[in-house]
Amino acid sequence: MTTLDFRTPFSTDAFRVKVGLAEMLKGGVIMDVVDAEQARIAEATGACAVMALERVPSDIRKEGGVARMSPVSKIKEIEAAVSIPVMAKCRIGHLAEARILESLEVDFIDESEVLTPADEENHVYKHDFKVPFVCGCRNLGEALRRIGEGAAMIRTKGEAGTGDIVHAVKHMREVTRQIKALTLLSRDEWMTAAKNLQAPFELVVWVAEHGRLPVPNFAAGGVATPADAALCRMLGAEAVFVGSGIFKSDDPEKRARAIVEATTHWNDPARVAAASEHLGEGMKGIEAAKLLESEQLQTRGW
Amino acid sequence: MSIGILALQGDFAAHAEALARLGAETSLVKTAEEVLAAGAIVLPGGESTTMWKLMEGTGIPEALVAAAQAGKPVYGTCAGAILLARTVTNPDGQGLGVLDATVQRNAYGRQLDSTVLSLTDVNTRVLGDAPMEAVFIRAPRFAAVGPGVEVLARREGSPVLVRQANILAATFHPELTGDDRVAKLFLESVAGAGRKAAA
Repeated sequence: MTTLDFRTPFSTDAFRVKVGLAEMLKGGVIMDVVDAEQARIAEATGACAVMALERVPSDIRKEGGVARMSPVSKIKEIEAAVSIPVMAKCRIGHLAEARILESLEVDFIDESEVLTPADEENHVYKHDFKVPFVCGCRNLGEALRRIGEGAAMIRTKGEAGTGDIVHAVKHMREVTRQIKALTLLSRDEWMTAAKNLQAPFELVVWVAEHGRLPVPNFAAGGVATPADAALCRMLGAEAVFVGSGIFKSDDPEKRARAIVEATTHWNDPARVAAASEHLGEGMKGIEAAKLLESEQLQTRGW
Repeated sequence: MSIGILALQGDFAAHAEALARLGAETSLVKTAEEVLAAGAIVLPGGESTTMWKLMEGTGIPEALVAAAQAGKPVYGTCAGAILLARTVTNPDGQGLGVLDATVQRNAYGRQLDSTVLSLTDVNTRVLGDAPMEAVFIRAPRFAAVGPGVEVLARREGSPVLVRQANILAATFHPELTGDDRVAKLFLESVAGAGRKAAA
């Protein structure tokens, strides 16, 4: 007689240490940086990690062209410059960029819609890697598909490079609402829910029973002010990614410090107010609702 | 006795859950006043440089030193252990100086070197015979500990769990496993401090 073996990659020590690092980043701000100088500013202003990329999203929007993984020399330079974790972005489905980043010993890979996708259908099978991955999502089904592939952290997609928080809010609310809805179902309804969400059944069951994602849930996309960061925390994001919002503002150091302060003290409005004072001009931004669908980054990946 | 978990950044929620499993009530603390009001303190894992930035100019470091010196139970894991130390290296940094130890940050390398180990070199008198499951995440290492520091567990000969009077510090994350012996040790010390306060 044969027995089915239901052990999954999620119960391995390899996956636990990936989620473990994500746990350590909670309550913090992860800042996009393009070089060592920005990385040093990020660390000095209280970032809990930096994200290396070739160009910040607002420049990718402005300049166009193919957006790729950060140059190897830049990643090495950033790793040498700071002692906090270094993340780096690879293109969706770009196995080779992901392997390069792993060989460079980055601490986390963001398989990101902000870069031009390398595969129109498939994401990287992330359980094959020793380095942890974070991926973006717009809803619960997308989050669970990425976790199914081995993502150890989920973030909202938002609409990167706009400075408009509206889509990060939309995605955070959508995921939260869908999680709550799952917890109300009877067991007979789980398979249909998995079908409708287009998500792995076992993960749907886990979420229905626990009322949360099985990995940390962060916010990203359009965070430009301390108040935006506080808003993400209010909506349940456990940490915040900031892209163009810092280094495209008048006074990056001051704004970075203020966003870190607001992320920690999100539930103390007086402190968020104090952090928001005298910051100078923020990034000008683009109203996300005015973007054509072809101009949106969040529709990349599925 | 109230247990305050420093919640500026890091895995403070994991600590709250681990202590709740043992029936302990905790609160998240973010200001010097809240630290001073707590009867015992947990310093969670996370990024120690980030925590320092968030503590600068807030009076929290002074409040933590006062709590430790007043004999209140203090328990730090990973970044929390770094905060407690007298000397911090790689890179050279500051510590509160209440734990007589030198801590080397990121001592085993980057995230690719993070690992789960079963520690067999444990102080069986204090922790019992079973090996201890230990999750190391970009972990620091106690490079040296003073004579008043009791070593409760070692990895490859180096101390990874130490106790100095009311202070308990681990370079790994007991809060991320189901092995609750370290948390119980802390709660025993909290109960002891409560009895002393009542007497």
